[in-house]
Parts: sequence; structure tokens; C-alpha cells
Amino acid sequence: MTMTTRDAGATARPAAQAHADDAALLRRLYRTMATVRRLDLDAVAMQRQGIIPGYAPMRGQEAAQVGSAAALDLRRDFAFPTYRELGVAVGMGVDPVAYLASHQGAWHGGLWDAAAARLAPINAVVGGAVTHAVGWALGAKLDRTGGVAIAYFGDGASSQGDIHEAMNTAAVSRLPVVFFCQNNGWAISVPASEQVAGGSVAARGAGYGMPGMRVDGNDVIAVYDATRRALDRARKGGGPSIVEAMTYRMGPHSTSDDPGRYRTLDEEQSWLARDPLALCEQQLRRTGTVGDGFFAEVAETAGALADRVRDDVAALGGRPPEEMFDFVFSNPPAALLGQRRAWEESRHG
Amino acid sequence: MAELTTMQRALNRALDDALAADERTLVFGEDVGTLGGVFRVTDGLKAKYGGDRVFDTTLAEAGIMGMAVGLAMAGWRPVPEIQFDGFSYPAIDQIVNQVARMHYRSRGAFDMPITLRLPSFGGIRAPEHHGESLEALFAQVPGLKVVAPSTPAEAYALLRQSIEDPDPVIFLEPKSRYWHKDTVSDEELEERLPVGTSRVVRPGRHVTLVAWGAMVARCLQAAELGAEDGVEIEVIDLRWLKPIDADGLAASVARTRRAVVVHEAPLTAGLGAEVSALITERCFAELKAPVQRVTGWDVPYPSPVLEDEYLPSIDRILDAVQTTLEYRRG
Repeated sequence: MTMTTRDAGATARPAAQAHADDAALLRRLYRTMATVRRLDLDAVAMQRQGIIPGYAPMRGQEAAQVGSAAALDLRRDFAFPTYRELGVAVGMGVDPVAYLASHQGAWHGGLWDAAAARLAPINAVVGGAVTHAVGWALGAKLDRTGGVAIAYFGDGASSQGDIHEAMNTAAVSRLPVVFFCQNNGWAISVPASEQVAGGSVAARGAGYGMPGMRVDGNDVIAVYDATRRALDRARKGGGPSIVEAMTYRMGPHSTSDDPGRYRTLDEEQSWLARDPLALCEQQLRRTGTVGDGFFAEVAETAGALADRVRDDVAALGGRPPEEMFDFVFSNPPAALLGQRRAWEESRHG
Repeated sequence: MAELTTMQRALNRALDDALAADERTLVFGEDVGTLGGVFRVTDGLKAKYGGDRVFDTTLAEAGIMGMAVGLAMAGWRPVPEIQFDGFSYPAIDQIVNQVARMHYRSRGAFDMPITLRLPSFGGIRAPEHHGESLEALFAQVPGLKVVAPSTPAEAYALLRQSIEDPDPVIFLEPKSRYWHKDTVSDEELEERLPVGTSRVVRPGRHVTLVAWGAMVARCLQAAELGAEDGVEIEVIDLRWLKPIDADGLAASVARTRRAVVVHEAPLTAGLGAEVSALITERCFAELKAPVQRVTGWDVPYPSPVLEDEYLPSIDRILDAVQTTLEYRRG
């Protein structure tokens, strides 16, 4: 049941044509992608300037993240991110400062209200949250909310056993889950060719009896369409499916990484020609609904937001240190409260 | 009116009552549905509450615990079972990195009212990986609570308490006590045994034995034999292994001035070390002898024919008691 709707590198754009009259959607997607691009570049700069200790850049994956997040119904769906999901977070309306608070060092999971935002905290275990999506989807099915869980993971995570357990269980029970794989070509230094047997995560859907769709992950409309199809199917009781967005991590794995040690400049430049933001701009210009003024205004607005985010992240400072104790349990045992008191006494002498 | 029952039936009753009391409670795991669990602890529950609330999972322990996290995030109260102690190792990542941390990571956005039922400990002549004692491993993990019942009445009350608790509880069921009969009164069915409370099972003046799970019954046997020789042994059932009732331990040892801790798990870095440290911290002045530990050896849990060589025996327990009684300083 694998449907290869579009391979990376394809030039035909039937999906974009189908949406030619839906320029408003494209404008919205472009605006979010451009905003995320700017925020991502700024986050790297903030790390270089010592404002934040580390960051996992997502430049190159804006279409995959923003396109998939835009397809969600935020009243009833729920998303489970990895640690490289700025575009999903911003696309779902999470304050970028709350997201970057994780990288600033304030709180590992980030500072947004995950229940209200319907975006789980940042999860740093590779593939670790994918089974959570399955459980959440079971809960939604039992509650008959029509809600769908979307689980984000990468080509590297596809090697983890948890992914198999999640996919198999979701398929056996026909649970409303979208397994959204961003195949960005590299798991730190190991290429997808040495990671993904058979060459395709989407193709694995056949083994589980669920659809697997491989899409051009740099084409935001293709991503949006594929994700919406998968969501609709799940919402109607059709069960889970896999969307594999073929994309490219244009930057390093993290601000501590040096891609020059494992991949060529030629490769990186070949993907520059498929920059998802530039492709989206081309699509949008073809609609004839916007001119230079639109792009200038988006850039200006994104810049103003980035400036505000930079100021706010820099001003985040530390957390109230008692939070170290207070969030461990909902109903903390006396022994831990005793340690909290001992800690307070040790601080105040 | 007191009713004679087994721990296995008491646990079944606790799950039954928990399912009836809160429609958000879900019971799931390998073979827990149609079969009723390999120990029949979930017998009849699927028929009574339906396959939506009591169901079989795929044979995937990490998936079971990950599912529990997601269900809790969606507002459910999951009571998963992992079929045997040793089968929880494939799920350790989910238990340690996810179950124990989601409340923390999400800054309290999500409660994790998950009770993992884990048939545990040895003594049933089982294959490899069916006789592990993991309490120290789980007690080391911030965000988890750990408990082990020793009687049918306790099993009922502690399981209800664990399921009602808003935090993750690792519920270690002593397999070798599943079929042991004891009375459970109506009052005991109404009882809750708050997190972190222990119980003096048998009072005594000369030495305190500290145990949990199946070792409580063995310590009581040792106490009976000790009494024949005029040694009055106090037996504490610790129940909660995290948090430990340090006050209860101290109150007992302050009186008896001697303590022996007994567990099935291996000696090194076992929970006996924690119990010993808590007693020493609080009762150093009163102690007449170093706290003794009677435990399994630092070996993999052995095959059935060697099981009795491994588990703390009544003789080893009484020898340790004797050591504390005969100890002379300097």
C-alpha cells in the first residue's frame, strides 16, 4: 500500500496546482516557514554568542514541520515532538521563547503548557515518544473525540525497537496515529543509506498493513496534503499511517556538531537548490496573489519577532530553584519534602 | 465478617473495585484479557468491564509502558501489567525516562497515575527471568513510588491506594504468596495504607527484623522459632519501598536496639543497604550492634534446584539475629 506521491528532486507540482486557488493557505504556510527560518538562524547565532548553551537546528526542514503541523486540528489532535521541532511548535502556536527555554537551559521539556498547546514537551530520547502517541490515540479512540495523535521521529529513530512496537500496536488496533518521519538524510553522522534497510521508512507500512506515503518533504503543500490525508483517514476510523517526508538537515545535528567530518559541501549545496523556503516562495509567486511587498513585510515581521524572542530568551535567566523538587511528583512523599527543606537550609545557612 | 482468601483473589477484587469506582481506570497487558493473566489476577475482568477497559496488548513491554504514558496524558488511569519481573527490563527506558519523568518534564501539565503491576521475586521454581527482585533498581529512580504487599489484605489495600495515587507506582507482587490464604475483613477492604507507611506485624523486644513481600512470612517463622529460645523478635513489614517509613523503622529499633534486614535481591547495593543507612542515621546511639543484612547472593537468580540455596533461609535469618545479640563493642 506504499504510495510514493513524490520523490525528493521531482519537479512536477500537481499538488501545488490543486491548491493554486488556495493562496491564502500558501501565504499562511510561507509566513510561518519564514518566521521559523529566521528564528532558527537566530537560535544558532544566540548559541554562538553565548546566550544559549546549545541548539538543534532545523533549517531545511521547515516545509516538513510547518506543513504537517498546519494540517492538525488543534481542538482535538495532539503532537509528540522530538528535540528538533521548532517549526512544529511555532506552527502550533507555541511561544518560541517557551520552546527555546529548553535550549536556554531553563527546563528540559520547554516552558509551554503542553496540555493546553496540545504539543507534548520536547523529548530527547530518540523515538521515545512514539509509543506515547499510540497510548494517547487509544485514549482518544475510547473517548470518541475524533482526535488523532501525530508522532514525529526521524530516519535515525526508525531503527529503534520502540518504533516497531508503536507501529505494530497502532496497526493491530487501528488507532488514530500518524507516524510522521522526517527523513533528513542524516542521523548525526550516519547517512540514511546506512540506517534504513530497504531505503524507505514509508515502505514499512506494507508490513504493518497500513499506508505509507513518501512525499517531497521540502514541498510544503505536498507535506500538508499527505498529512491531512493521513489525519482524515485516522479520524474516520481507518487507522494509522506513515508519512515519510524526504528532506534535508541543512545545518549541523547540533551546535556542537561538525558536518564537514562526514558529508561533502557538494551534497549540502545540491540541497540548497531545493531550499523549502525558496520553493514555497516560488509556489506563492506563481499564484499571482502576492508581490515583493508581501515578502518584505513577512521578513520584517519575522525579524521583529526574532528580536523580541532574542530579548526574552536572554532575559529568561534561571528558574525558581524549588521547581527542581516541586514537579517530581503530583503528591510528593514526606522524604522528598524533607530533602527540599534540607536544600533550603543549605542555601540559607 | 472476615473472609478467607488468597492474595491473587484479593488483587483481583482490588482491580474489580478500582474499575468499578473510576471509569477512567484501564487494565491492560500481555494475556490479561481473555485469559485473565498467567496468574489469573485479572480473571473475569474483561467479561465484566468489556474489552475497551480490560484488554490484551501486543507482546511488547516498552510499548505497554509507552502506551500507559500516552493514556495518562489523555486523562486515563492506566494499570498495566508486565507479566514477570525480568520482562520489565525491555521497558526500563520507558519506565525510567518517560513514566517517571513526564510529570516533571511537563512541569505538572500531566499527572502520571500509572500503577505498574509486576509479579515479582522468587520462590516458585520458575524459568530464568521469572524470579527477579527489582525494588532497589526502581527505588533509585526519581519520580517512582515502589510498594510490595505481603498479605491478601495488604495486597487489596495497597493496590487500591496505588491506583488512586496521582503518581507512578511500581507494584511488586510476591508471586510465591499469590495462593497463600489469609483472612480479609470488611474493615480491611475499606482501609487505605498511605504511601510511606509500614506495619509492625509482630512485636518483640530484642531485635527488629525488616522485610517485605514474601520475606515477611519467612521472618515471622523465624520469630516463632526465636521465641522458643526466649528471643523476642519484632517483625516490620516495610510495605512501601519508596518512600521508606524511616520514622517507623527508627521507632522500632530505638526500642529493640538491634536490626536485621531481609530481602531476596542480591546483597550489593540492595535496598537493605538503604534500610541499614536509615536506621544507622537515626539510631546510631541506641544501636547495640551493626545492622545485619540477610539477602540473596550477588549471583544471577539461580535455577529451581538452587533456589533454596539462594533465598534467605530461616537459619540464615536466625544466625544474623544471633550475631546482633552476641555483638560486643571493641
